[in-house]
Amino acid sequence: MDLRYTAEELGFAEEVRSWVKANLSPSTRDKVLNAKHLEKHDYVDWHRKLHERGWVVPSWPVQYGGTGWTTIERHLFEEVLTEEGAPEVISFGVRMIGPVLMAFGSDAQKGHYLPRIRSGEDWWCQGFSEPGSGSDLASLRTKAVLESDHWIVNGQKTWTTLAQHADMIFCLVRTDPAAKKQMGISMLLIDMKSPGVTVRPIITIDGAHEVNEVFFDDVKVPKENLVGEVNKGWDYAKFLLSHERTGIARVGRSKRELERLKHIAKTEQVDGVPLIETRAFREKIAALEIDLMALEISGMRMLAAAQEGKAPGPEANMLKITGSVIQQRLSELMMEAVGPYALPFDPDARELGWNGTPIGPDYAAPLAPDYFNYRKTSIYGGSNEIQRNILSKAKLGL
Amino acid sequence: MDFNLSDTQRMLEDTAVRLVRERYGFEERTRILASPDGFSRELWALFAELGLLGIEVPEEHGGIGGQFQDLAIVLEAFGRGLVVEPYLPTVVLGGGIVGLAGSEAQKTDILPRMAEGKLMLALAHGEPKSRYTLNHVETRAVRIGDKFKLDGAKSVVLGGDCADLFIVSARSSGGTLDKTGLSLFLVERGTPGLEVRAYANVDGTRAAEVTLTGVEVPETALLGPLGAAYPFIEHAIDRGIAALCAEAVGAMAALNDLTLDYLKTRTQFGTPIGSFQVLQHRMVDMTVALEQASSLAILAADRASDPKSSERRKAISGAKVQIGKAGRLIGQESVQMHGGIGLTMEYSAGHYFKRLTVIDRLFGDVDHHLSRFADA
Repeated sequence: MDLRYTAEELGFAEEVRSWVKANLSPSTRDKVLNAKHLEKHDYVDWHRKLHERGWVVPSWPVQYGGTGWTTIERHLFEEVLTEEGAPEVISFGVRMIGPVLMAFGSDAQKGHYLPRIRSGEDWWCQGFSEPGSGSDLASLRTKAVLESDHWIVNGQKTWTTLAQHADMIFCLVRTDPAAKKQMGISMLLIDMKSPGVTVRPIITIDGAHEVNEVFFDDVKVPKENLVGEVNKGWDYAKFLLSHERTGIARVGRSKRELERLKHIAKTEQVDGVPLIETRAFREKIAALEIDLMALEISGMRMLAAAQEGKAPGPEANMLKITGSVIQQRLSELMMEAVGPYALPFDPDARELGWNGTPIGPDYAAPLAPDYFNYRKTSIYGGSNEIQRNILSKAKLGL
Repeated sequence: MDFNLSDTQRMLEDTAVRLVRERYGFEERTRILASPDGFSRELWALFAELGLLGIEVPEEHGGIGGQFQDLAIVLEAFGRGLVVEPYLPTVVLGGGIVGLAGSEAQKTDILPRMAEGKLMLALAHGEPKSRYTLNHVETRAVRIGDKFKLDGAKSVVLGGDCADLFIVSARSSGGTLDKTGLSLFLVERGTPGLEVRAYANVDGTRAAEVTLTGVEVPETALLGPLGAAYPFIEHAIDRGIAALCAEAVGAMAALNDLTLDYLKTRTQFGTPIGSFQVLQHRMVDMTVALEQASSLAILAADRASDPKSSERRKAISGAKVQIGKAGRLIGQESVQMHGGIGLTMEYSAGHYFKRLTVIDRLFGDVDHHLSRFADA
């Protein structure tokens, strides 16, 4: 039993850190570390840099461009990037449709799409949820009917993250309305520029445009864009939703945010005493830091098991529940830390390079909006209620 | 022990509830928020017509001579409707402090115009470094002949965006944290040296940062006793807290209703999600939390008029703690139970959540009031 990283692993982490420091644009870094507004180019430029270095798809098999690193090295890589203020690589291509195509796609699909995911040329989004199908995803109703060499797709997807930037969408569609619901679903790859595809922004209560509705009106999709076999889409969705999910705990990000919380709490004062030295707040931070420590080690135990080739069980679902709550608590304490200055809505102050004067301290502007926005973490990715159902059944046999 | 409303109070409640139901639907509110003022002057005039602005104003000053609990009744109805008009800043805080500390001449000048809807007020007390400490005041007042000169900064002044008249606290003597040495001054918008930077808050209501640079006001602008205004400030803000508690009860009740309806109508897996026991228990917890919070809001409204701060303090701080905890629970749970739609601008649940979050941050959060209660 040895909980320490080896000298080689630490050396690897330092190599990654030096490269990131030398290659991440300072303005992107500033935006990430200070919760400022990120633009499409921040993501695209960083994706390209990683691709040039050969580090954009580290968890892929080497034959498809993966790095061949150990599980621990891949974990350290993600941690260092997050600590150093790199924007998250958009997961839908690299972590979702990429692995699905590698497992179930045709050679033509692999040959065409995988390089474009690696290079960042295709920005992917996920067409799963519908207004009537959230937790009950299998009840989805977007239909696809085969007419000679095209699928004709009609329906609507919702909560589609960053669809406004996307080039492609992978979509679960109903191809056999007569079958039992999970049995009649297929997965299609759809070009967002296809005639009949309409993206409508959904503005969230923090004022951000992060999610969308995507409407499909008689959209023609080439039949080669079917993934795997018809009516087997639910299997691919299950694979996608359970594949490599330890990252969903977002430990690295939470560790970074904890530092931001401490900085704010050290700067804020209660009648001349730093907030972090007032008993109530100090103990709240301690309690949260302890929960995060526990989450980190739980994640490491799962990674170590994966390193040894032990098949991952439903334990990753535990990480999602705890990790999401910790992210929320961090956002909540940061908002609490600024007292009355949580009230002003100051979106300008979240734009890098804005020359105006923020309302209150310069770190205040993102805090209440992000508190509101982060209520999503217990809802998305399989709500925490669904996660508990899965654990209850799969782990506890209840 | 009588928790019933009087006949007059029942009529007032009917008026306020009907006003909100008929004139303050969600689409209407969205339209109002998008307007340049961020509130409706037309509705403000209607409030005046209905006597809502003059509830506590004595009859001889053009009001209806009611009491604080009547204000609480209106605020609860406003909370249900997520009304954004500056009723709290003008009527409760501004009208309140003028009523508590003003001379007859000042009350005669200000209160009738406020009751008629012709004068908007804002109490400018909190400062960039004061956080929730009421006695933390750095803004200074210096007497120069027959005038006072004010210098300082006031932060998150509710209603500061539209106020015609500011009631500004400033230190005429003593150190930053002294409870003695505080004074109140009436400062009109447009007075040279008074700068108002208006903005929207995250819940759509409006506020302002106010800076005073060599602002000169006549002696007659002094409201209440020189250097001894602290008890009036504390009382005015305690009343403001009790009012916010009433508003929060209305908002939480509406949000619980909305969420309960969603549990009954939203189906997944072939059944209404309210059939799942886990959600039933959590909805019950929200119902219990509302009940507890309502009880303390009633107590706070009852004690809010008491001029003795020791009598008020436990009720006000206790209520603020309870409202803060319940608002957080009900806000967060309602969003969670609604799933994604709880987070969109297009649906009211998220807006209730934001308002409850803002109320929790105003005039002392849970930690602040736990401490104040413990010290009381």
